[in-house]
Amino acid sequence: MLDFITRIFGRESNASKNVAKERLRLVLVHDRSSVSPQILQDLKADLIKVISSYMEIDEEALEVNFENSENQVALIANIPIKNVKRPANVV
Amino acid sequence: MGEVIVVTSGKGGVGKTTTTANLGTGLAQLGNKVALVDADIGLRNLDVVLGLENRIVYDITDVTGGHCRLRQALIKDKRYEGLFLLPAAQTKDKTSVNPDQMKELCGDLRQEFDYVIIDCPAGIEQGFKNAIAGADRAVVVTTPEVSAVRDADRIVGLLEAAELRDPRLIVNRVRYKMVKAGDMMSIEDIIDILAIDLLGVVPEDEMVVITTNRGEAVICDDRSRSGQAYRNIVRRITGEQVPLLSLEEGGLMNRIRRMIGFK
Ligand SMILES: Nc1ncnc2c1ncn2[C@@H]1O[C@H](COP(=O)(O)OP(=O)(O)O)[C@@H](O)[C@H]1O
Ligand SMILES: [Mg+2]
Repeated sequence: MLDFITRIFGRESNASKNVAKERLRLVLVHDRSSVSPQILQDLKADLIKVISSYMEIDEEALEVNFENSENQVALIANIPIKNVKRPANVV
Repeated sequence: MGEVIVVTSGKGGVGKTTTTANLGTGLAQLGNKVALVDADIGLRNLDVVLGLENRIVYDITDVTGGHCRLRQALIKDKRYEGLFLLPAAQTKDKTSVNPDQMKELCGDLRQEFDYVIIDCPAGIEQGFKNAIAGADRAVVVTTPEVSAVRDADRIVGLLEAAELRDPRLIVNRVRYKMVKAGDMMSIEDIIDILAIDLLGVVPEDEMVVITTNRGEAVICDDRSRSGQAYRNIVRRITGEQVPLLSLEEGGLMNRIRRMIGFK
């Protein structure tokens, strides 16, 4: 009986079409946002500019990417820090 | 002046050629003069789907290359008054035609025909660019699968970039039992995601395979559900408002069970 109930109620979220829809949603956010590598490039340049006034970063190793986490797409930036400037230097 | 419609999808095997054959046959049955253009150069297909494979003399590259006149290359389908096929070349590749030549070709065909329907190859490369170059509007075909819808989304973006606005969607090979059981994406799901207007829904139907085996279009089969679906789509293309019948075309679509037309 319990099995029957969970089957009925579990159905909606477990139905394979919901899995398909969710995967599709995520992959499209990714596809649509990665249409222009130029935008990612511009974003990187801006990030470097902003962060550089606070700390010294490894520009070569800087990585910016879209990543699919559980149920959203995140913009993940990996910014290796070489040196943090002294507070006095931060205006 | 006729209208040039490209049938495209991104992914292969979703039903572009089947759709082109059925729309062409259906539009001709309504008394229109129709030219079907197989733009899948190197993988000629539309000829066999239409049962016209034994009548090819010249192909599209003979026309664009100036080796024959357009009129000579057009094959007349003797079964339907007004239906013509311009076959693809089989032994050449997609680079043997360029977008400018396609524009010119479509311009010429438009003078003579009410509808010019272009069967686009799979992919987003040169063949796709050729196929859309001369088109006024686009029909995007997909199936209810993640990969097909994903590719359709890419195509919609590329059509937009090419300034082919307002493409319409055909969802093909829908299996209602699976949709009902929650094991296939519904029309609503797909429309939600792609955010383009629906032109029609074609069920999975073995009659498509059976009629195609014979070189006939399923739209001529009065009893098949897919034939009915294609007849509705044809009427929408001519500008008629035809409701999406829930029983016949898919159910579970209350939100979009409204009048849909093409114009
Ligand atoms: N609604 C349908 N029901 C069953 N089979 C179909 C349906 N639509 C297309 N098919 C079959 O799917 C295959 C691929 O169709 P086709 O029109 O050649 O696709 P494409 O031109 O997009 O590659 C063909 O064998 C065709 O008969
Ligand atoms: Mg094809």
